[in-house]
Amino acid sequence: MKIHKHEVVIIGAGGAGLMAALYASKDGADVAVVSKLYPTRSHTGAALGGIGAALGNLEEDKPIWHAFDTVKGGDYLADQDAALILAENAVDAIVELEHMGLPFDRTDDGRISQRRFGGHTSNFGEKPVRRACHSADRTGHMILQTLYQQCIKNNVNFFDEYHVVDVIMNGDVCVGAVALELSTGEFHIFHAKAILFATGGWGRVWQITSNAHSLTGDGAAVVFRRGVPMEDMEFYQFHPTGLYGLGVLLTEGIRGEGGILLNRNGERFMEKYAPKIKDLASRDVVSRSIYFEVRDGKGINGSNYVHLDIRPQTVNRYLAEAGETRRIDEDYIRKNLAETLDVCRTYIGVDPLTEPIPIQPTAHYAMGGIPTNIDAEVIRDASGTVVRGMYAAGEVACVSVHGANRLGTNSLVDLVVFGRRGGMKMAEFVKTAEFLPLPNNPTAQIEAEFQRIRNGKGKTRIHELRTRMQKVMMDHVSVFRTEDTMQQAVDELIELRRLYMNDTFIEDKGSKYNTDLLEAWELGCMLDMADVTAISAINRKESRGAHSREDYKDRDDVKWLVHTLGYRETDDPYAPTPTYRLDTTKAVNMSLADSDPRFVPKERVY
Amino acid sequence: MDITFRIRRYNPESGGKAKPFWQEFELKDVAETNRVLEMLHRVKWEQDGTLSFRRSCSSGICGSDAMRINGRNMLACKVLVRDVVRGEKNTIQVEPILGLPVLKDLIVDMEPFFAHYREVMPYFINNDPVPADGRERLQSQEDRDVFDDTTNCILCAACTTSCPSFWANGKYVGPAAIVQAHRFIFDSRDQGWKDRLAVLSEPNGVWRCRTIYNCTPACPRNIEVTRAIGEVKLAIQRGKREGIIDPATIPAKFHN
Repeated sequence: MKIHKHEVVIIGAGGAGLMAALYASKDGADVAVVSKLYPTRSHTGAALGGIGAALGNLEEDKPIWHAFDTVKGGDYLADQDAALILAENAVDAIVELEHMGLPFDRTDDGRISQRRFGGHTSNFGEKPVRRACHSADRTGHMILQTLYQQCIKNNVNFFDEYHVVDVIMNGDVCVGAVALELSTGEFHIFHAKAILFATGGWGRVWQITSNAHSLTGDGAAVVFRRGVPMEDMEFYQFHPTGLYGLGVLLTEGIRGEGGILLNRNGERFMEKYAPKIKDLASRDVVSRSIYFEVRDGKGINGSNYVHLDIRPQTVNRYLAEAGETRRIDEDYIRKNLAETLDVCRTYIGVDPLTEPIPIQPTAHYAMGGIPTNIDAEVIRDASGTVVRGMYAAGEVACVSVHGANRLGTNSLVDLVVFGRRGGMKMAEFVKTAEFLPLPNNPTAQIEAEFQRIRNGKGKTRIHELRTRMQKVMMDHVSVFRTEDTMQQAVDELIELRRLYMNDTFIEDKGSKYNTDLLEAWELGCMLDMADVTAISAINRKESRGAHSREDYKDRDDVKWLVHTLGYRETDDPYAPTPTYRLDTTKAVNMSLADSDPRFVPKERVY
Repeated sequence: MDITFRIRRYNPESGGKAKPFWQEFELKDVAETNRVLEMLHRVKWEQDGTLSFRRSCSSGICGSDAMRINGRNMLACKVLVRDVVRGEKNTIQVEPILGLPVLKDLIVDMEPFFAHYREVMPYFINNDPVPADGRERLQSQEDRDVFDDTTNCILCAACTTSCPSFWANGKYVGPAAIVQAHRFIFDSRDQGWKDRLAVLSEPNGVWRCRTIYNCTPACPRNIEVTRAIGEVKLAIQRGKREGIIDPATIPAKFHN
């Protein structure tokens, strides 16, 4: 067994992981980045529109306004101290990205260009503000490339295609991780003073998702199995405009340019649900509206999708109806929505200039995850007790800055701000911290679990179980929820786990690049994420942000202005019938509301 | 429709005489707008779990699944079945990209590729102090636009492994590394351009490019790779970077 010793080990090489690696190594700490993918394959690269920061390059803007939009967008479940830090640190972090060479688009005076984005306003909701810094329509790609380039420049150690499968604890302290080297199938131990999880989300739990195949919740599941709770797992964002059947994301910019959502009767149904801003309502509202239409049999061909129409004649008709003078033509769309045209033609063979685009809500982003404080330190309970040596940042973490619903662009803001803070905090920590000893035989349990999967003599394909999980989560724990239907999902998940533990087989018996084996192991991680998501959702008896219940339609600030912490109670990390416990005593931080009534929860209207 | 996959297989663990071979798989009920990656998944998930390939985003941005489909490099997630099926049996032939050692089935060793990438100093260099006001460095949109095309690169290796010069000599840095160098050489803020031009004027630099033009159609991001290489050649010949790219002729792609 190879043992690698580094002061700081970062798991995951997307935006949060690479940012943390750069800032942790600045003062000379010895840093290694371990990732199951080549770093440039990480899903940060798929982010399109922009990254919000109150630079004020084109009009007046202030971090406190950004914090307000974040808190309101999150339906008041975001921790207000964290939201303020997000907004304030975003300014420095984005300027630093420019100093690293990131090719932002520019204003006429050569500064970073900024544009409007849903939910971002000036002066506490008064009017839209240009806050999203952008680099064409591939801002995430530019961030990922720039950070990787700087890591190369700074000689960061990379362990590419090493799949982390367990975290090593010494009592209550995190001392390392176990990874499987994909090219050999061998297990490696990473012994560290500080470990940061930056493994992203778990969109593959659902049938339709914008997420990469690799987003299976491994990092979260690994620490969850070792006693760390998962926070606010019931809050999962569904983006309204996923390409039908595939879930590939279409940007909000399509509706920003005048695109209209239509049902099978050609009705602009958003007029019904959001009379004021119609198709540009927030993500959770639009996703729910599509769901209503489908449920009423008004999906296209009675099926579970609607149309997004960007054809000039359609857009111009509605512009004229609204009394606007603006008109668009095909050239305008070719110029402004080039990526959209390309995606539709490439993936479903639809030309949006001549026919409407079939879309459906797509699982997009986890607001919840591994609970951390504002320095990316993982906490284990409602009172904020730090797990020494363990950090998390990016989508896998829950600070919480997104509360019940994330604002557009804030995923990128989150990962640069808290990746950076985590990196700095670890750099400081490892200066005085010692390497604590590894426990005896730290890989025994995980090796046994892999043996179990490898030797399975059952008759169920992993693919079949995964498909069943994805379907039941899409049907019952997605945009719209009730007690009964979610309970059906929980029951199905119990059955799926029984099959997973007792009745599977895999075909690849080799060691090298055994993706058959790894996919089977990843399914176990997704089942954990699905379980804790479903039981957290059943438990929260209100509707807030992305968590919308038919049986509890209103937000309940008296009972439910709290975070959920979901614990796995069973000590054995691979127990066939794990039990869970929920704690709803972690209060939401209201520090801004204490001195400013504008931050006190009120009805969220746009 | 029904299709036939003809896939180049290689299992390094099948004993001392492990050899690559072709294997055919039949798939039923394939929609013509299904993508090749989805159909590879169907083979793996429904028929043969040992079939190994890399993939992640499945939306053309991560660069994991470059492979040789009917003899041309493409991202499997960006190709529709209807655009590549051939013959009476609706055959699609899939093999690993060429010029890099095959490790298993469609998985190649990417290390030589990334080693070439690192040779060209693929990172921003500017040793001046940052602006005293704590703000961003200034750059005009026009200066930003001249290197826009090459910022699209996702390091999928489709261009480099389509290049006969690279097949003939693996020491050639290859098109992707030159594209990456181009992105910095023509960035007005960058100060490392002379060093990069020096690296690329070495025997295994740009002059191994014979303008065969395989790279440009291979690029899934529509980067004008051959043009970028030409611009780097010109910068080396002239010993300067100014005046080489005419902003008026920049490929108009995704301008905001």
